[in-house]
Amino acid sequence: MLHIKNLHASIDGKEILRGINLDVNPGEIHAIMGPNGSGKSTLASVLTGRDIFEVTDGEITFEGVNLFDLNPEDRSRSGIFLGFQYPIEIPGVSMVNFMKTAVNEHRKFRGQKAMTAGEFLQLMRDKKALVEIDSRLTNRSVNEGFSGGEKKKNEIFQMAMLEPKLAILDETDSGLDIDALRIVANGVNKLKRPDNATIVITHYQRLLDYIVPDFVHVLYNGQIVLSAGKELALELEEKGYDWIKKEVDQVQI
Amino acid sequence: MSFIAKMLDVKEELLELYEANSDTLNLNSSEVMNGFREEAIMQFRKKGIPTRKNEDYKYTELEPVFQKDYKYRFAPKKITFAVDDIFKCDVPELDTKILILLNGWFISDEAQLQELDNGVIIGSLAEAAKQYPDLVGEHYGQHAKTSIDGLVALNTAFAQDGIFIYVPKNVVVAHDIQIINILLDDESLIVQHRNLFIMEENSEAKLVICDHTLSESEFLTNSVTEIVAKSNSRLDIVKMQNEHNKATQLSSTFISQKRSSNVSTNIISLHGGMIRNNVQVVMEEEGCENSTFGLFLVDKKQHVSNHTIVEHASPNCRSTQKFKGVLDDQGTGAFNGRILVHPDAQKTEAFQSNNNILLTDEATMNTKPMLEIYADDVKCSHGATVGQLDEDALFYLRTRGIGQREARLMLMFAFAYEIIGEIKVIPLRDRVNDLVEKRLCGELSRCNNCAMHCG
Repeated sequence: MLHIKNLHASIDGKEILRGINLDVNPGEIHAIMGPNGSGKSTLASVLTGRDIFEVTDGEITFEGVNLFDLNPEDRSRSGIFLGFQYPIEIPGVSMVNFMKTAVNEHRKFRGQKAMTAGEFLQLMRDKKALVEIDSRLTNRSVNEGFSGGEKKKNEIFQMAMLEPKLAILDETDSGLDIDALRIVANGVNKLKRPDNATIVITHYQRLLDYIVPDFVHVLYNGQIVLSAGKELALELEEKGYDWIKKEVDQVQI
Repeated sequence: MSFIAKMLDVKEELLELYEANSDTLNLNSSEVMNGFREEAIMQFRKKGIPTRKNEDYKYTELEPVFQKDYKYRFAPKKITFAVDDIFKCDVPELDTKILILLNGWFISDEAQLQELDNGVIIGSLAEAAKQYPDLVGEHYGQHAKTSIDGLVALNTAFAQDGIFIYVPKNVVVAHDIQIINILLDDESLIVQHRNLFIMEENSEAKLVICDHTLSESEFLTNSVTEIVAKSNSRLDIVKMQNEHNKATQLSSTFISQKRSSNVSTNIISLHGGMIRNNVQVVMEEEGCENSTFGLFLVDKKQHVSNHTIVEHASPNCRSTQKFKGVLDDQGTGAFNGRILVHPDAQKTEAFQSNNNILLTDEATMNTKPMLEIYADDVKCSHGATVGQLDEDALFYLRTRGIGQREARLMLMFAFAYEIIGEIKVIPLRDRVNDLVEKRLCGELSRCNNCAMHCG
């Protein structure tokens, strides 16, 4: 589904990603872990087309299509979703209008007719129940005045509405208490299907208690330095990142 | 130097025009209005047309617009058509009592001045000044002082007609009143109408003012409106400026508020070559509330300037000023807002904000919020921003599949809606909503059929 080969990316001339290789197949959950500043969020931004990052080398294909040929909206319409680490507040744009526009743009892309008001409201209701989001929140402006937990729930709600093939969740667990974490994780698990995939970017292992990954990758200094099964997350929780840093640094010397 | 020389010429021409026509002016008009002319022309002689050397007009260049060759009509042109044939307000469900000014002259199939069953008097100011000299005389020229500004002096010297509205004590006007300013002439024209609105104690009214150009000629409007809101009265005004690119509108509004009155104005500058709005509010007695809002959208070489002074002359008053602008192409804008709190105006609450979005590198906005506070127990704030659309918000919308153009529009519209949402006449709010959306989309957005006339 997603193939990343030797991806290099930089910002303001500073190289952040230095040769990432990653393959994601339908039905898989990948966790990307790593210390702060290792390039986790940059990877998410590059995958979704944020133009402040410059891709200097490598390639990414998504379902056979060169991702660099697609602008952010077309990547979304093709089925890539990013759950933001820091969701943006947009005063004056109502959640309803926002979601309706987004859903209908996706439908248009697939050659489907726009939803009727009734169909759309029904969809909203169903998905709200799925992710246990408060109805009052969806009556407000996008993320405006939402608490940290509400913002993250809102990301999962949007994901439920758009039903992506590939969801990238960037530190979705940061700033969540244990109840909110459980709700967010439940939402992700409920949306899981054999034909979609998820990349969970996280700093801590605790989210992985709820969203069980098939693969765990450690990102350090802009490269994936270690990949293993879910047990790697536990090992990292126990031993921290230092031992990996040490090994990598030694090899590089 | 050449600018100043030319402006002197324009000033001399206007002075000559006045001298040559003062007999006609006085003959056709009432004593009340005539009583101010000599003083006004003297003030104009002193002040002239404001130049950019005047701090208040630093960003509004009046020279080029005054230098054009305009015709001045000292009597209404005879019209051979019914106004209904050329103009109908087509806002659905907007049920209003309509008053029309054609090139600054009140026109109606009925009487020039009507007294309605509830005692409300509406119609021509010229006629009101004749029929009710005491009532008009009590307020005319009392708030718009000719010594303040050359434009006010010029208007006062030449003014002959305009709209008069009188709402008696305890009357709540059920039908919103709509004033439609139509500009329609084969030739370029200067129009200087004058309005006077009097709200007696405990009265209430909503007022919609729409400005339209229906012919391609160049127009220069220099209008003055005086508003008196007596104790506990409430007046909501929406002004929708929708003129073509060859039109200049200089509009000065003076609002005098008595105890516990509540006045709101919301100026939507949708379209026009050059627009200058001066709004001056004086809260003379305790407990007043004032809202002065504005939204402007400019593109091409359009210019919109809003200039406000909100004066807290008594304690316990509250004022809010909120102006927003979206500037495209080489459009320019200015905001100059002042809050003035007198020494004894304790417990004042005064807020002011001006936010602007520049869509291109060539658009320019000058903003100057000012607080002048002479009391010590007040809550005041002001702030201004000039920026681009929020890139993070734009990216966020796009990652949800919303196209760049649509995402930009959503953000611009959200920005503008804060002001549109304040419009208290609901059908009009919906229309403005629609027009602003179209305008932001780059579609033609003139209200009504006037679009067909001015291209």
